[in-house]
Amino acid sequence: MKRSRRQFLKVASLSVLGLSTHLATGGIVNAAEQGAQYLPNENGLKAGRWAMVIDTRAFETPEDFDVCVKACHKAHNVPNIPNNQNIKWLWTDTYEHVFPEQGNNHMSESLENRDFFVLCNHCENPPCVRVCPTKATYKKPDGIVAMDYHRCIGCRFCMAGCPYGARSFNFSDPRKHLDMGEVNPEFPTRMLGVVEKCNFCVERLAQGLMPACVEAAEGKIVFGDLNDPESEVRKVLAENFTIRRKPNVGTQPGVYYII
Amino acid sequence: MYNTKYVLPGLLIFLALFTSPFWAGKVFGTASYERPKLALPADQKECIEPVEYMRAEHMQILDTWRDQALREGKRTYVASNGKVWNVSLQNTCMKCHTNKAEFCDKCHTSNSVTPYCWDCHVEPKGNQ
Ligand code: SF4
Ligand code: SF4
Repeated sequence: MKRSRRQFLKVASLSVLGLSTHLATGGIVNAAEQGAQYLPNENGLKAGRWAMVIDTRAFETPEDFDVCVKACHKAHNVPNIPNNQNIKWLWTDTYEHVFPEQGNNHMSESLENRDFFVLCNHCENPPCVRVCPTKATYKKPDGIVAMDYHRCIGCRFCMAGCPYGARSFNFSDPRKHLDMGEVNPEFPTRMLGVVEKCNFCVERLAQGLMPACVEAAEGKIVFGDLNDPESEVRKVLAENFTIRRKPNVGTQPGVYYII
Repeated sequence: MYNTKYVLPGLLIFLALFTSPFWAGKVFGTASYERPKLALPADQKECIEPVEYMRAEHMQILDTWRDQALREGKRTYVASNGKVWNVSLQNTCMKCHTNKAEFCDKCHTSNSVTPYCWDCHVEPKGNQ
């Protein structure tokens, strides 16, 4: 009896092993696409390093800012939540908040009174990517710091890591603050418990379109490839005095401001 | 073996209970599974891949689509028959399958699967 029980266990364990490896490899084989292929979009815009230059002198009235913010928030179903839990992709702030270490005691009145666009800087050395435990935030080869909301676990390390406060957390279901009849059906909303931010309109670039805010700014914001010496961003940078936010934290932002 | 007269009946009862899901329905004639009737797109003849493959693998395809689009920047899908599709749940899948309740939900509900795709992705209007 003792021996046969031993034999039974041997046979049983071997068959379980065989069955599970069969299931496992079968699953992988099935999951492989049947000769299908994935390619980048043919008419998509490509760059070595995407960057944005904002001509802050050209934004004078609140409406100048408003059209861009509206274009961005409409394209990405960003809710307008009227309290301190609001979601921000593109917003404005004062000089001393945007450039805290770059202020002087007696600045020109125009700088003191001017508003400045703020958004994710798509940094060259993004601390938000480094601290994200799930790789929900990652840097694409073209310099865009992107997010995969499917993977975000809402730990908010990226919010702590970002020196620019460029990220927002969904403390409640954003759909409660969106008119679901009015949302852009081409872009997802987010859900309770994930972080979000500007994505440099990666989905529009893939379709060959410029970012929504750039399009709405009608020349006041320039967007292009920093690695291409012939690009418009390089020309604008060569001809104007520009600054970036918080140079001393070393993240090398991809958003430049003409002052 | 010790206590054969207790152990054997015990084993038999265990086996009977353990395998009951496989035969109980047939023996007692309860609950037979009926394949849900899905509302297929009215104006479309083919999906990105053959039906059998889609039935078995759509979740893996969606998973791969997400990674290819977001991480690899590859948003064009060349299907095995050479047809070209835009890699997008909302802008490709749901443009044909405009009725989530009659398509996705039917199977998911009868199989007790509750994917949370729709917490973020916008359901097509044809559903309302
Ligand atoms: S601005 Fe903040 S969120 Fe954006 S890439 Fe830099 S560190 Fe990350
Ligand atoms: S680049 Fe796109 S996502 Fe970023 S602020 Fe402009 S419109 Fe919004």
